[in-house]
Amino acid sequence: MDFLQFLLTLDSTIRLSVVLLLACLAGLFSERAGVVDIGLEGKMLISAFVAAAVAYESGSAWLGVLAGSAASVVFAMIHGVASIIYRGDQIISGVALNFLASGLTVVIGHAIYKKGGQTPTLTGDARFTEVKLPFADAVADVPVIGPIYSELISGHTPLVYVAFAIVPLVWWVLYRTRFGLRLRAVGENPASVDTAGVSVVAMRFRALIITGILCGMAGAYLSTAQSAFFGKEMTAGRGYIALAALIFANWRPVQAMGATLLFGLLEAISNLYPNIDVFGLFSIPVQFTQALPYILTVVILAGFIGRAVPPRSVGVPYVKER
Amino acid sequence: MTLMQKFLGAAATLAISATAALAEPAIIFDLGGKFDKSFNQAAFEGATRWAEETGGSFREIELQSEAQREQALRRFAEAGNNPIVMAGFAFASALDEVARDFPDTKFVIIDMVVDQPNVRSVVFNEHEGSYIVGVAAAKASKTGTVGFIGGMDIPLIRKFACGYVQGVKATNPDATVIQNMTGTTPAAWNDPVKGAELTKAQIAKGADVIYAAAGGTGVGVLQAAADAGVYSIGVDSNQNYLHPGSVLTSMLKRVDVAVYNAFKDGPDLETGFNVMGLANGGLDYALDEHNAGIFTDDIKAAVEDAKAKIISGEIQVHDYMSDNSCPVE
Repeated sequence: MDFLQFLLTLDSTIRLSVVLLLACLAGLFSERAGVVDIGLEGKMLISAFVAAAVAYESGSAWLGVLAGSAASVVFAMIHGVASIIYRGDQIISGVALNFLASGLTVVIGHAIYKKGGQTPTLTGDARFTEVKLPFADAVADVPVIGPIYSELISGHTPLVYVAFAIVPLVWWVLYRTRFGLRLRAVGENPASVDTAGVSVVAMRFRALIITGILCGMAGAYLSTAQSAFFGKEMTAGRGYIALAALIFANWRPVQAMGATLLFGLLEAISNLYPNIDVFGLFSIPVQFTQALPYILTVVILAGFIGRAVPPRSVGVPYVKER
Repeated sequence: MTLMQKFLGAAATLAISATAALAEPAIIFDLGGKFDKSFNQAAFEGATRWAEETGGSFREIELQSEAQREQALRRFAEAGNNPIVMAGFAFASALDEVARDFPDTKFVIIDMVVDQPNVRSVVFNEHEGSYIVGVAAAKASKTGTVGFIGGMDIPLIRKFACGYVQGVKATNPDATVIQNMTGTTPAAWNDPVKGAELTKAQIAKGADVIYAAAGGTGVGVLQAAADAGVYSIGVDSNQNYLHPGSVLTSMLKRVDVAVYNAFKDGPDLETGFNVMGLANGGLDYALDEHNAGIFTDDIKAAVEDAKAKIISGEIQVHDYMSDNSCPVE
């Protein structure tokens, strides 16, 4: 594999990781606050649809992202009401949202556009196009650094840069702010937070709002940046892979970036090199590369390599003692 | 009237309306959905054309999951619909069972052979159609590298791929064909994002004409090709209009004709084996105002030549499904 091919693989990795990264960070907020969120998939799906529809109607991709995020926040709030206020089973509420999104998007989409749930193709400003960073062409001929800058770093859609910029921000919020400390405490030991006079319910709701916004961006990226329309079930299980990445990353933000980049790399490799020949001895089938993210997650969960330690109170509704 | 009587009354009314629907034809769409702009949509158009021409009506269902296959078939058969058309190879095992239980109902399956006395199996020689678009791809390519993106990795899609590669290689023996399958589950028919990513990967490797045989996933392929300014080739339905000036042509698989014929023949349709190919108009390539500018006379001449030779038998295109292998890579 020559240098350019190598760069193209990494380039594809970045494009594929962004959805997973945003969704993974979304899951991180809600799970760190003690709310299991298996509904990432559904939130991404509803956001992908709303983003595509609004972008098509308004002609602005950014408005699409905003509307998509709003829709996703609404879903997060439904999840919150069911699981925080009414202390329902968080898994069931999440799964219900996934089904709701899968049905709603097609029904509403078909009612508006009569294309079986698809939205019309987005053109012009209604979709995100690739940004060329300054000097990308000028330095393209400089050996090694030139191609890295012009091929790998430049030429992505704006949301890609936003997603990677969010990672240090999430780290800072989580570990260096009072809000972050309380958020983590709510997921570990909500009773202590309550004793300190902070409302557990309010903290968890705030976390879910952030989850909704991040999930919304992930969904909008799918329909307005990576492709240029909404198609039914277009998230195709990416919400679940993001959840696997979250476990793989041990519920930590920087590791989440590492995990999603690794999963993205595996997908990029399986796309570019379907069957990998190992020194002519045997070949690794594409199905193995595709299954590797799941295999790795199961291995981590089983505790063979490292250990996945979830927030202690995740999935447990908080009941104030009286 | 007690509640029970009300229920019985309602059931009786239902039963009457069910018998009223007797001999109405029915169609079952596969998981790609009837608006996939491709295979299922072609089937839907055939059914709609029949309804418009005859003023008749038909019943339809879009499958949502694998488990519904047999259920949907039985429901239609029990309701007295005749004939029942199903679009998709995946119905084979379900139909094999249901056809036995309803010997008086006629079934039509597209893309697969089910050996029952009351079943008409319509199969297409996709390898022939793919061969001629392969010729077009090789002619239109400037880099000498062309791509193929399949949906689910099944023998039928490999048949498309194999015919395509043969057409490319026959025109330009030095050409490289990059092949990708989207996945191994039915979800692979409906993942336009992955289709677009595979397309970008192929373009990065030098491909400048990409043929998509991937149902709903193909929409993403055509989009990515149009974005990158390279050619793509659509499949099943005429997809030229999706991106005028970028979709080089479409391999037309006249699923609509198969459905239309089945509906027109009605309950007395002839069962058995029905092969549709280039010779009887079951397959073709699409040329209209959307691709007239890019489908040059040179390409057209080569394609027409290949088409004529396949019809006359001068060119024998290898069928992948005959021995599950392809002579060229």
